[in-house]
Amino acid sequence: MAFSKILATLIILLGAVPAYAQLVDTELTSLIDALAPGSFKDREAAIGTLVATGDQRVVPILETLLEGELYFDEPSGKVVFTTQPGGKGDLTDPLTEAELAPLTGDNLEKVKVNNGLRRVLRTAIGQMTLLSENSSVRLSAAQSILRDADPAQLELLDSALAAEADPTIRRVMEQARAVIMLKSPDASITDKTAAIAVVQAIGGRDALNTLTTALASAPDELKPSIQSAIDGLARDQAVWDVAQNVWFGVSLGSVLLLAAIGLAITFGVMGVINMAHGEMVMLGAYTTFVVQEIIRQNAPGLFDWSLAIALPLAFLFTALVGVAIERGIIRFLYGRPLETLLATWGLSLIIQQAVQRIFTANIREVGNPSWMSGSFELGGLAITWNRFYIVIFAALVFVALLLVLKYTAIGLHMRAVTQNRRMASAMGIRTPLVDALTFGLGSGIAGLAGVALSQIGNVSPNLGQGYIIDSFMVVVFGGVGNLWGTLVGALTLGIANKFIEPYAGAVLGKIIILVLIILFIQRRPRGLFALKGRSIEA
Amino acid sequence: MLTQALFRALDKKALILVAILILVAVAVPASNLLLPADNPFRLPNYAVPLFGKYLTYAMLALALDLVWGYCGILSLGHGAFFAIGGYAMGMYLMRQIGTRGVYANPTLPDFMVFLNWKELPWYWLGMDNFAFAMLMVVLVPGLLAFIFGFLAFRSRVTGVYLSIITQAMTYALLLAFFRNDMGFGGNNGLTDFKDILGVPVQATSTRAALFAASAIALALAVLACSMIVNSKLGKVMVAVRDAESRTRFLGYRVEYVKLFAFVVSAIIAGIAGALYVPQVGIINPSEFEPANSIEVVIWTAVGGRGTIIGPIIGGILVNVGKSYFTGAFPEYWLFALGALFVVTTLFLPKGIVGLIGQYRAATTKREQHDRDAPTPMQVEAGTDPQPNPAE
Repeated sequence: MAFSKILATLIILLGAVPAYAQLVDTELTSLIDALAPGSFKDREAAIGTLVATGDQRVVPILETLLEGELYFDEPSGKVVFTTQPGGKGDLTDPLTEAELAPLTGDNLEKVKVNNGLRRVLRTAIGQMTLLSENSSVRLSAAQSILRDADPAQLELLDSALAAEADPTIRRVMEQARAVIMLKSPDASITDKTAAIAVVQAIGGRDALNTLTTALASAPDELKPSIQSAIDGLARDQAVWDVAQNVWFGVSLGSVLLLAAIGLAITFGVMGVINMAHGEMVMLGAYTTFVVQEIIRQNAPGLFDWSLAIALPLAFLFTALVGVAIERGIIRFLYGRPLETLLATWGLSLIIQQAVQRIFTANIREVGNPSWMSGSFELGGLAITWNRFYIVIFAALVFVALLLVLKYTAIGLHMRAVTQNRRMASAMGIRTPLVDALTFGLGSGIAGLAGVALSQIGNVSPNLGQGYIIDSFMVVVFGGVGNLWGTLVGALTLGIANKFIEPYAGAVLGKIIILVLIILFIQRRPRGLFALKGRSIEA
Repeated sequence: MLTQALFRALDKKALILVAILILVAVAVPASNLLLPADNPFRLPNYAVPLFGKYLTYAMLALALDLVWGYCGILSLGHGAFFAIGGYAMGMYLMRQIGTRGVYANPTLPDFMVFLNWKELPWYWLGMDNFAFAMLMVVLVPGLLAFIFGFLAFRSRVTGVYLSIITQAMTYALLLAFFRNDMGFGGNNGLTDFKDILGVPVQATSTRAALFAASAIALALAVLACSMIVNSKLGKVMVAVRDAESRTRFLGYRVEYVKLFAFVVSAIIAGIAGALYVPQVGIINPSEFEPANSIEVVIWTAVGGRGTIIGPIIGGILVNVGKSYFTGAFPEYWLFALGALFVVTTLFLPKGIVGLIGQYRAATTKREQHDRDAPTPMQVEAGTDPQPNPAE
């Protein structure tokens, strides 16, 4: 283990006592309690001793002290954590985090820090983390230095850099060093020139800010190179901004696609607008909520699988509701599309109110499984996992539906009925059955959309209302009877929305989109991808 | 010629309706103002603006009926015209507050002072003049309907597509009026009115007068609609409703017929909105909610579309029911409303008025049955539903 040997020598060189053996908790506790009494000088010494133990558990204590949130019990001298800032809440042991008995009197005192001590603390924390044996601790320490870019940490960083072997951590450390170099007034011109290149290579908005600040204080001979670096970064940034907007647009578009695609097929096949479609989405979301509640109570370990369980259930449930609506109401209104619209609107009110009675009007939060939370970076893009998976999911649903329509018997029948209902009927297709199944399929997809939407927003009885008008716009814009129309419509509206938003604001952007659609309909009264043929006028 | 049209318009039913409305316009204020408080026939003070509100709703339903019941255009955005008329009236009423507002600014309404605006936006100019404001009540909804209708009907946007873009229109307006920058008071809207034509809005006598005005406006709207639907143009409207393509092939300019109906309807809706605002004392963007406009459709459908009296009955009945339900069983109102939509479309395609017609047809048939045994053909013809207006 050459690496740990280097590290050990380094720590000796730095003057710290190498103490790898973990101290017994009681000894450590007494060292921690030594932080409380005496002058700032005594406290500095106590910090030194704590650092010398090399015990990682000390780091959070030092960080808390740095924030000025470390307290001690006045008579006993015991140092404690509080669960809430400002010395409020319950007391916990700083080492074991076990809850302590509350104090009887008002004897909690803050462990005081001054600026000198804060500097000592920062160095101490940096020392303990940058030189830690654990590589992830080192990485996060390097990243925090990169963020703060405190010139006082330069010396420490240099020594850590000398000892570092991991290339990833080295890169972050070098970047941090470059940012510090640019900031510090007494670095040499050559160091700064090298630093400019490194900072430019970091890329992103932060690097741009660093360089812009550096430009103001830089010596004249450096200004051109900083300026060109800034220009380069700004160009990259502009490209990434466009990419970010496109991504947001695609993300919104995929949500719209999920919400609208079921609507589009029922509209295409049956010529009816299902105003209760949004409520099917809502029911799908509530299915997810119920599944998660059951899992939470009975089998918490399955939580990551909750969505996989909820998907087929939501599909089945909403599809059944859809078939029931078709059989119970819509088939009696066949050939009267406007009345279907009214009847389904009435249904949507009933469903909303029923859900409100069962689940109350409160907003329900549906949890993200662990694999859907957090985000990842792709170049200059920050992409959250839940959005990412929804885009993938929307694409999958789209492709699956396309395949169903193209390669299955029911798909063939659905397409035939869309093109010419009477002819299809004459050829022996049972159009009532096709209607029922289409409605079930459309509603089922709405249920799937509900599962997806529960991951990016809260679930409430009027969840569906928020999406219904947008989905109408997608269908009307894309045209019916063609899934590609819906896809193009959803993505166009999503991306257009996100590109207008930065200039006009969210609300005005939406108004502009609505007006544009109203105007668009004048040019193409049957949408972007209209079915051609005489059957349409029937 | 106009007198001729007027006489033709006054068929027996319309005449009775107008007479009833005029009677109501006199009787309700009289009962409220003249009778002593302990008289059982005296209307309590709160009831007058409430009934007045129902009348404006009935007028809105009548306006929708003109386009939907007679011309086959299902507008899901008629609430927008109603709200715009209401906003025009609201702007006038806001200007009448003068220095009595919280900030005591003689020209700027409170919300503008609050937003730090220095002068009145151009579209508020002249709104302190009652005549000008009333002109706007008619002009702005009419103009919006003209532009919207001209574009939509010219390019033959029909059926569900038209319904959806009218919904998009009212939704866009909803979003727009929610914005503070629009200068219409944002989501608070316009409220806290003081005077109308120099008399206090809240006074019982003013409210009685507003009620009478609503009843008379409704009577005039009935006359106008009746005149239109009984004219030759009205017949063409029905033809457009029942067979649009055929009407076009016969040489009629379908788009102009529709445009006429749409604009007249929007104007009636705007006037209704203008009468609504002083009686309820507030106008805010929620009036633009697409859900409101759809509710208007159900008033019309419940009463019976394609008739003059139907939407008035429907508008009043549903709203009386709403007042009762939301007071007595608030959690069941949406169930009731939803069920109303479903039941009406499934079982009462011609509404309450149609029900009476059905009943009458059934009794005549029974009398016929008593006279001679029916042939299967007769039964068939009797049960055959009428061609549906919505198609």
